[in-house]
Amino acid sequence: MHKRYMSLWFPMLKTDWKTIRQPELAKVPFVFATSEKNRLIISACNIVARSSGLHVGMRLADAKAILPDLCVQQDSENRELKLLTAIGEWCIRYTPLVSLDLPDGLIFDCTGCTHLWGGEENYINEIRTRFKSKGYTVKAAIADTIGAAWAMARFSKNTVIESKVQKSAISNLPPSALRLDDVTLEKLRKLGFRTIQSFSAIPNSNLRRRFGDLLLLRMMQAYGEVEESFKPLNVPEPYQERLAALEPIRTRVGIEIAIRELLIVMCNRLVGEGKGIRNAVLKTFRIDGKQQAIDIGTNQATCNVDHLFKLFEQKIETIRPALGIELFVLEVTLIGDADTSQKSLWTGKTGLADNGVLELLDKLAGKVGSKAIRRYLPQERYWPERSIKQTNDLKEIPQTYWPTDALRPTQLLSVPEVILVTAPIPDYPPMNFRYKDDLHIVKRADGPERIEREWWLDKGEHRDYYIVENQHGKRYWLYRSGHYGADQTQWFLHGFFA
Amino acid sequence: METKQDIINRLRKEILAKQGFKPELASTSHIKGLSEIESAFPNGVFPTGMIHEMLFQMGEEAAACSGFLGALLSSLIVPESIILWISVGRNFFPPSIKTFGIEPHQIVFVDAAQEKQVLWALEEGLKCQGITAVVAELRELSFSQSKRLQLAIEESHVTGFVLRTDATKLSTTTCVSRWQISALPSETHDGMPGVGFPKWNVELLRVRNGQTGKWEVEWVGNQFQIAADRVQENKRAINYQKIGRLRA
Repeated sequence: MHKRYMSLWFPMLKTDWKTIRQPELAKVPFVFATSEKNRLIISACNIVARSSGLHVGMRLADAKAILPDLCVQQDSENRELKLLTAIGEWCIRYTPLVSLDLPDGLIFDCTGCTHLWGGEENYINEIRTRFKSKGYTVKAAIADTIGAAWAMARFSKNTVIESKVQKSAISNLPPSALRLDDVTLEKLRKLGFRTIQSFSAIPNSNLRRRFGDLLLLRMMQAYGEVEESFKPLNVPEPYQERLAALEPIRTRVGIEIAIRELLIVMCNRLVGEGKGIRNAVLKTFRIDGKQQAIDIGTNQATCNVDHLFKLFEQKIETIRPALGIELFVLEVTLIGDADTSQKSLWTGKTGLADNGVLELLDKLAGKVGSKAIRRYLPQERYWPERSIKQTNDLKEIPQTYWPTDALRPTQLLSVPEVILVTAPIPDYPPMNFRYKDDLHIVKRADGPERIEREWWLDKGEHRDYYIVENQHGKRYWLYRSGHYGADQTQWFLHGFFA
Repeated sequence: METKQDIINRLRKEILAKQGFKPELASTSHIKGLSEIESAFPNGVFPTGMIHEMLFQMGEEAAACSGFLGALLSSLIVPESIILWISVGRNFFPPSIKTFGIEPHQIVFVDAAQEKQVLWALEEGLKCQGITAVVAELRELSFSQSKRLQLAIEESHVTGFVLRTDATKLSTTTCVSRWQISALPSETHDGMPGVGFPKWNVELLRVRNGQTGKWEVEWVGNQFQIAADRVQENKRAINYQKIGRLRA
């Protein structure tokens, strides 16, 4: 079967893309600029700017002189690559083989695809209207070779070149339709070659001597005498598995089997890619049209079917099958690099290095919620409530040391409780205090340890902390808010020491 | 020729093994400075890989108990190990445990919403070999529940600490011991002013196959120290031992 290629050209790719996001730019002159050799060069300009005489490659300063109210956007590197890749992935609906044609086009290998749209004309029309409705200006052409399609899309109004006539079709086009470099084009122009046919009859050896190999290669590629390489985009396949049930499933056992089947298929695929599941969702579709979902998360990417199954198992009871489930879909919403190393012979690992521990924590997170599993790391702050940082990340390591200079109580009240105190003289620990209607006589005391408020966060008095021991040997952490004798002086109990 | 005493000792060991005591595992870890308390346990070592019960009343008592527990745990762990702390409505302040030789980030806290989840998480935690110790604050623990925990632990040899927050709900359990810790007035060197090292009255209310007793324990620097002038009750423990022998 003859190969057929379509070239899709976006004459104003970047400006079209920006105009779709900011429709007000459609009416004003607007360019993308990029810095090159310490000056700003226009890298793309829209149709309004073009009509005023601006073109790509012009200096921005010159353009500003022509159009003082020019709207300029900073261009980012590889923007066209990102755009074209995204568009190319979307275009997979028209053909399975899409290739990038930087900087402003795509090549489709549309062999055997066009009849699905009712012929090549309709195929091109469909694609053109689709892009036009989205806001992109496109031109397209279909030919036997990539070179001919490329040339026709950019330099001709003909869109479909019949098979084997590409040589005559491009003969009237200028030499720049052959994808040549500027030096060769300039040479051809100087020698008066205005069209391709004007030099196509010259013997190859002469052409090669004058213009190098590239011209000949491009000509042969356009004519179809030399095969041109075609590198299709790798479109990522979504991590999704479906399992349709012949009979509606209503039992727990049935759901368990379905989950296991889906996990086995999914994990087999992930193992091959060296990946593992971090988050996954199981969607169930009931025959009455209702959809239910259960989701799981893991602390470490894993492909262990048994472990993942256990996590799902905890949540099966939340599924209401009612009249029955006809379709199960397993979607992996987050994947991670899995540690597929060999199982170690001695399982001497303890703590978070041990897979068993991580699997346990996954299981706990499934039941009590991942927010309820916490670790604490030190922070370099003195205010007791803020001296620790809560984290849900099990692998995070402390950035600083745990302070050992000052004692802290083993039990800390989340809200300090007001107490009544008898204190002898300023800055002395209290003689006794009343907490929950009990009188505590202070026998021993340490302090004060003054902790200032973080004034950039909140206003208020500092705290003077005292460690005191009462007549029964119980130890408390008390503080006085503010200076002794001031109006708002109040005493609080904040914690209990061991 | 085996004497009668040897036979009795051998049979005792067999009975202990059948009850879940694994002497070859337990004998490795001695707790520094606690040898007198350890002698109250069978084989004379602190039993790891078992479940201990501690009375844990909220407030001042909880502070003393969590301090002593922290000190106990510090002798069980190595730098990479993990402790699971499961509770509902916790007041425990992690930085304090650094004083007792544990890096606070080694503890993973599970803050459950209900008591039921605590029990479930405790059982799951006890099944996991990679964890050094599981601490759970529990209000109630029935005999059959404790039996389940015991079965979980016999496989994995994780040490469990059940902190009983409600002293009125105590009942018989399979736990190896029941501790009660209360604070004692601290002492300073040469009567210096200020608050001294933490000092506790450590009481073993129940010990399976061992002797109960009462000790005054201080945490000095980074190890335990049993106070020299022990309280009279300790003699009771010795008497108990004698009675045990006579019965045997």
